[in-house]
Amino acid sequence: MAKVRVVHYINQFYAGIGGEEAAGHVAELREGALGPGAAFTVAFGEEAEITHTIICGDSYFNENVDVAKEAVLNFISQTKPDLFIAGPAFNAGRYGVACGTICEAVAEKFGIPVITGMYAENPGADMFKEKIYIVSTKNSAAGMRDAVPKMVKLALKMVKEDRIGASIEEGYIPNSRRVNFFDQERGSKRAVNMLLAKMAEKPFTTEFPMPDFDRVAPNIPIKDISSATIALVTSGGIVPKGNPDRIESSSASKYGEYDITNVMDLTEATYETAHGGYDPVYANQDSDRVLPVDVLREFEKDKKIGKLHHKFYTTTGNGTSVKKSQEFALEFSHKLINDGVQAVILTST
Amino acid sequence: MTWLVPVQITPRFRKTCNLVLTFTPVQNLPPHDYEAALRMAGLKAAAYLGELARDVSPNEVKTFETLPIMEGAKKYPDLPRVGYVQMLQSQGLLHDTYVYGVDMKKSITTLINPTEIFDGAIISGNCVSACDKNTTYHHQNNPVILDLFEEHGKTLNFVGMIITNENVFLADKERSSDWTAKLAEYLSLDGVIISQEGFGNPDTDLIMNCKKVEQKGIKTVIITDEYAGRDGTSQSLADVDASADAVVTGGNANEVITLPKLDKIIGSLDCVDKMAGGFENNVLSDGSIVVELQAIIGATNELGFNRLSAR
Repeated sequence: MAKVRVVHYINQFYAGIGGEEAAGHVAELREGALGPGAAFTVAFGEEAEITHTIICGDSYFNENVDVAKEAVLNFISQTKPDLFIAGPAFNAGRYGVACGTICEAVAEKFGIPVITGMYAENPGADMFKEKIYIVSTKNSAAGMRDAVPKMVKLALKMVKEDRIGASIEEGYIPNSRRVNFFDQERGSKRAVNMLLAKMAEKPFTTEFPMPDFDRVAPNIPIKDISSATIALVTSGGIVPKGNPDRIESSSASKYGEYDITNVMDLTEATYETAHGGYDPVYANQDSDRVLPVDVLREFEKDKKIGKLHHKFYTTTGNGTSVKKSQEFALEFSHKLINDGVQAVILTST
Repeated sequence: MTWLVPVQITPRFRKTCNLVLTFTPVQNLPPHDYEAALRMAGLKAAAYLGELARDVSPNEVKTFETLPIMEGAKKYPDLPRVGYVQMLQSQGLLHDTYVYGVDMKKSITTLINPTEIFDGAIISGNCVSACDKNTTYHHQNNPVILDLFEEHGKTLNFVGMIITNENVFLADKERSSDWTAKLAEYLSLDGVIISQEGFGNPDTDLIMNCKKVEQKGIKTVIITDEYAGRDGTSQSLADVDASADAVVTGGNANEVITLPKLDKIIGSLDCVDKMAGGFENNVLSDGSIVVELQAIIGATNELGFNRLSAR
C-alpha cells in the first residue's frame, strides 16, 4: 500500500518563525515536515508521510478567519492529502480554535479524515469536540511526546476506516457519542470504588456525565377547544391488528400513520400494541386504553371538541432513542400542521 | 461490527452448564397463565436439580458477615456505613420480580439481609429487553453484594440492603423512592450503591431514588445502562438529574451485533424479529441473526455483572 499522504497545519511558533510578534504571519505552504512534524514523521514510520506543512500565524487566522480558511483550503486542493492533522495546540487558545476551525472545514469540503490535539480546557476543545476527533493532551508542549503517538494511532485508524473505540481507550476528548468498550473491572467493583472515592471526597470520574435535559415549554392554550381539530399520537405502540408495518417492539426504526375515519372504537379484533416494554394484555384487550379513540368520538359527538383528526401517529417508545423519536416527531408534526390539526394528545406508557 | 463477538458479552454463561426447558402452550392460554406456568416449571426444575446437590460437599466455602445493626456499628466505628439499594423490576407481565413469593409490585420498599439474596430470596419473572433484566442466577450471584462484602470490615461497613420496586404509577414511584431515602437515613448510611433494573420508565425511579437519597446527605453511586441509539449519539437516559454525579454504566444496549449461524437451535426462531432488540428481516440468508445487544440476556446488566461499559 502506498504511503498515506498527510498535510500538517501548525502555527508560527511551532514553525520556528517567532512568538507573539510573528502571530500575524500570513498562511503559507511548505514542502515536507516541520517542527512537530518531525515527531509525527517518526511515529508514522512507513505508513504515512507528511508531504506538506501549512503555517499560519494565530492572530492572522483568528482575525481573518474567512480569508485564512480559504487560503488553507486552497493549499489542500493543491496538495490532495489522504489525511489532515493540525497542532497539537495544547493550551494555546487561538491556536486551538484555529486547529478546530480548519479541521472542520477540511473535513467538510474534502471528506478526508482530520485530527487535532489539545488540552481539555482549551476553548477550541469545547467548540469542536463534537465535530472532529480531538486527542486530549497535556497543557503545554511538554506533552508532545505523549500526544503524537495517540494522534497518529487514531488518525491511521480513521484512514483505514477501522472501528474507533471509546474515548477512554483512544485518548480523544469525549464527544457525546457513546461507544462501548470492556473495562478492566466489572461494573459492581467500579461502583464500590467510585463510592469509596466519593465518600472520602477524593476525585472520581463518572462514566456518564449528566447531559442537559431537554425540557419542553408548554404551548399556548387552545382558545376554543370546541372547534379545534385534535389528533392522537402515541409512543404506546398501538397499531392495526397484525402490525402491518412491522414496527419494532423496542428501538423502533419507524412510526406508523393510520387512518381512523369512521373508526368509533378500538377493539380486540381490530387493534393491538406492538410495544414490548409493558404488559400488553390490557392494551390488546382494548387499545382505547392507550389511544382513547372511543372517548374522543364521544367528545366529538357532544361537541366538546371540533373533531378528531382522521389519522393517528404511533411508535413504540420502548428503547427508542430520543434522537430517533425527535426525527419521527419532526416529520409527522409537519403533516399534522399541514392537515390543520390544532392540538395533539400524546399518550405514553 | 467485528470488535464484539458473542461469547464476550455474557462470558459467565459460557462457563455454566445451561439447562434449557422448552414448552408448547395449549391453545388460547391467557398470557399471564402462560408466564406463571413457565416460571413455576423453571423453579420446579431448579428445585429438582438443587435437591441432587443437597449432600454434595462444596468445592469452595466462603463466609460472609452480616452483623445486627448495633453490633456492626460497635465493631466498625471508624468505617463509612454503606448500604445497597436494589431496584426490582415490577411493571407487570414478563416485567415482574418475586421476593419470597411476593410480587414486588404489590410490596413496599423494605430491608433485607444481603446473604438472603444468595439463598434465593429474589426470583426473576422478567426477560423482555433481556440485556438489563436480572435472571435468578444474577440475583443469587449479585456482584454488588459480593463486592461490598469484599470491602466489608476493611474500607467500609456494609450495613445492609434496601429493596424497592419500579411500579408504573407515579404515586407508587413517589412512595417507593421516599421510602428508600427514609430507610437509608434510618440506617444512618454514609453512602449507597443503587442498582437499576430495566430502562426508560425505571429511569424515573432511579433518578428519584438517587435525588432523594442525596438530599438526605447520603452519597450515591448509581448503576444503569444506556439507550444511546445505534450510533451512540442520542441521549442515553429518559431522566437525569445533576445529583446523579457518580454513574456506572453497563454500556449502550442499542449497539448492533451479528450472531453467527449455529448448528443447533433450542427453542424457536419465530419471534427473533419481534423480540425487543430484533427488527424486520434480521435473520440473514446465511442463517446469522442481527440484533441489538438489548436482545441478549444480561448483556448490559445493571448489577455490574459485566466489564462492558461505554464512554
